[in-house]
Amino acid sequence: MSNGTHPFMPNSPPALKAELLAELGLTDAEPLFAQIPEAHRFRGDLGQPPALADEVSLRRHLRSLIARNRSAEDTLCFLGGGIWPHHVPAVVDEIVGRSEFLTPVWGTPSSDFGRNQAWFEFTSQLGSLLEMPLVGLTVYSWGAALGHAARMAARITGRRTLLVPAALCPERRLVLEGYAASADPAAAITIIDMPMAQGRIDLAALPALLGRHVAAVYIENPNWLGRFETDAAAIAAQARAAGAETIIGVDPASLGLVASPAALGADIAIGSIQPLGIHMNAGGGLGGFIASSDDTAHAAEYPTLLNSIAETVDGRMSFGMMRFHQSSYGSREDGKDWTGNSTYLWAVAAAAYMALLGPQGFHDLGSAIIGRAHTAARTFAAVPGVKLRWADGFFKEFVLEYPGRSVTQVNAALLAHGVFGGLEIEPHAALWCVTEIHSADDIAAAAAALAEVLA
Amino acid sequence: MKRYHAPVWDEPLIMDMGRPGRRGQLFPLEGADASLVPEALRRAAPPALPEVSEPDVLRHYLKLSQQVLGMIGISLFGTCTMKYNPRLNEAMAALPGIRDVHPQQSPETIQGLLDIVWRFDTMLRGLSGMDRFGFQAAGGADAAWTMACMARAYHASRGEAGQRTQMVTSIQSHPCNPATAATAGFEIITLPLGPNGYPTLESLKAAVSDRTALLMINNPDDMGIYNPEITEWVRIVHEAGGLAFYDHANFNGVMGKIRARELGFDACMFMLHKTFGVPKGGGGPAVGAFGCSQALAPFLPGPLVIQQGKGFALETPAHSIGRVREYMGNLHQVVKAYGWTRAMGAEGIREASDISVILNNYMETRLLKIPGVTKSHPHITGWRMEMTRYSLEGLFEATGVSVMDVQNRMADYGIDAFWLSHEPWIVPHPFTPEAGEAWSREDIDTWIDVLAKVVEESHADPEMVRSAPHAQAVRKLSDAVLDETGATTLRAFRAE
Repeated sequence: MSNGTHPFMPNSPPALKAELLAELGLTDAEPLFAQIPEAHRFRGDLGQPPALADEVSLRRHLRSLIARNRSAEDTLCFLGGGIWPHHVPAVVDEIVGRSEFLTPVWGTPSSDFGRNQAWFEFTSQLGSLLEMPLVGLTVYSWGAALGHAARMAARITGRRTLLVPAALCPERRLVLEGYAASADPAAAITIIDMPMAQGRIDLAALPALLGRHVAAVYIENPNWLGRFETDAAAIAAQARAAGAETIIGVDPASLGLVASPAALGADIAIGSIQPLGIHMNAGGGLGGFIASSDDTAHAAEYPTLLNSIAETVDGRMSFGMMRFHQSSYGSREDGKDWTGNSTYLWAVAAAAYMALLGPQGFHDLGSAIIGRAHTAARTFAAVPGVKLRWADGFFKEFVLEYPGRSVTQVNAALLAHGVFGGLEIEPHAALWCVTEIHSADDIAAAAAALAEVLA
Repeated sequence: MKRYHAPVWDEPLIMDMGRPGRRGQLFPLEGADASLVPEALRRAAPPALPEVSEPDVLRHYLKLSQQVLGMIGISLFGTCTMKYNPRLNEAMAALPGIRDVHPQQSPETIQGLLDIVWRFDTMLRGLSGMDRFGFQAAGGADAAWTMACMARAYHASRGEAGQRTQMVTSIQSHPCNPATAATAGFEIITLPLGPNGYPTLESLKAAVSDRTALLMINNPDDMGIYNPEITEWVRIVHEAGGLAFYDHANFNGVMGKIRARELGFDACMFMLHKTFGVPKGGGGPAVGAFGCSQALAPFLPGPLVIQQGKGFALETPAHSIGRVREYMGNLHQVVKAYGWTRAMGAEGIREASDISVILNNYMETRLLKIPGVTKSHPHITGWRMEMTRYSLEGLFEATGVSVMDVQNRMADYGIDAFWLSHEPWIVPHPFTPEAGEAWSREDIDTWIDVLAKVVEESHADPEMVRSAPHAQAVRKLSDAVLDETGATTLRAFRAE
């Protein structure tokens, strides 16, 4: 504040504020708060640091704090595991930075027309990748999508058991557990792990777990350990035979090459949109999706907003919310789970990203990623002291073991060489992530660093 | 009256654009090898995506962006506290040191980020009196979900799982409160409003028992009425063994005036994308900053930032409920909220509350002079807080023009939609503008002038208003309610 004036507040200059107060017959704002009993009023120190109201000082301050971070721009980043370093086209940054997309909340179908079209282009293009006709607007994250999908399956089947891979991203599992638990014990969803063999679901163990109590079988392709679930179609067939839903989690960056979840037999597909042109943002780049067939049984259980193509009074194309009544906005506690502010700006980013790539772009992206990941895995496996757990059958992530060395130790030493090493998944094993951003030189540099660290 | 017309581009769907062979993005292909995908998992046919060049994609989405009115017009969308989103904060959050950070980098490589989180936690403690804040919740509803999960865990830790099964709230609370609590397995008890504009103490006492797990309440409510009995409410709930959660969605009018902890609440929630200057993104990414007492802190979702030596580390609370979404939250938005709050300072924050309440009451003096406009609970005289709920029932009865028609027609003058009301509607034809601190008096006057003009038009030519909008990219939908007939993807639409 400078003499009572603040740049974010056009009515803050004292004379202008006094004019407004005069309209109310007041000289001071205090009487306006008469509704609040004096005993409720806080008159003490708000414990705030000094204001930095001028942009020069605030910019210097923020820059000095942010300068203490390292990032995937200045350090070779091989961390993935739920949020991944991918390339974000400059055009996508330009589009999501537009004030019209960045700052609004909610208007009418007419005044929000452009954004609703962008959202429809998001759900339509994602539907093409997934080969599924019904795609909801985004949820918070892959984990949230899994939680909602599990609850949808429970409502559809009237059953309350969910089978999940024993190896599941711990962050995602924790989110799921919250959605599955209940203050009403009869309403809780029981989560049962499917044993794994060679980093995949052990198909032989599945029949013993399936039964008339199972609401859904959840698998991922590729899975948390990076591996393709080569038996996905067989697992889905078994689930279907048992009357259970199949939920498949996928990496959309793989879908130019890899069979769609629909082709593998999924009833519901989920995943993260972060690979589709969204920066990691220290975890703020997450966004989840839920998709399925568009039969009533599934459509009626969506908790998300559903942005539909629609027609105007003069027969032109527009968009509006479909089945709004089943959302928590429409029906409070009688709605399906809940919804609220989500990650809709990222849906716009993903729409632009999918359009930029097109069918050939997704093919090239997938081919580049899988090729580089295998090159990297082979290169790292040649380093003495490194063991590659599975030499093939993965997309962009693979497991390296450091016999006799802890991942913590190895990663600390790699950092000194300018490398964020793979994510620790066991004390002596790490999940490495390689994408289109990693060049042959990057891979060679990381291998050299590993060799020095493990020497 | 200034004229306005939205751009009309008649832009096709991106899926219908382009020509075979065009590309909008290339990738380096050294070492690329599609044959590494196991045969059983290969995609049969390429995805049905458009083939467009980079400039075509850019121009397409720029055109779409121009067909969003939002904050380019005047947006007084009540309950969402439309405010200025400082572009400095956008620029800072776009630095690689935020934007290109992986959340599981070792803490030593993100000390600046953790410092910002820690500092902002401390600042929100100052504004609420709470002992600890976490930022994992990805919106206000997710913070309500956090509370529901924590109540579940807290009562279970005291051996009362299965006994404390009820959540009490008001009919005026945001739908996310009952909806998240119901998802967590609680039975919902919703109190009706009493004659004073908030539920009576008697109705609360009748609802509370040894089965009460939790109270979820906002104050003031969306009608601008502050419940002066709120400390008594908290006392009653506590005496019964329940927890009390303050949904601070309507914080803008009481910033620095009250603190949730001093009022007795165990926990509260601030929406950084509303009150703290973070852009809304058309519905996220958002942050529901969740603060609580020392007694509840061990149940917070983790990890949380702690001070360690001269730096910062991460720690998961002892009885953590786990995660309400992955990682630490939308931390790039926390950076922006920190920037906004530092720019405001304690004095600026108090001033913003003053101005938002002054402007709302200024609006009221002018709005109530417009024929057909009334306010909720008109018998409750005195100043309202930062927003007031009005009704256009009088206009509807006189002209047949509905509140939605007025909303559509105002957009023709560059006024973005006002907020009507959460479900259920307690007053007919409701509308709820919220002035906030970031719109000038001239903007507010324009907004009111436009409403007055539309009311005039409603009398002079009701059919013109009923058929509005007329100055948007498209006219209104032929069906107000889209149900089973809708299609969320082009493949579904064209298959019909």
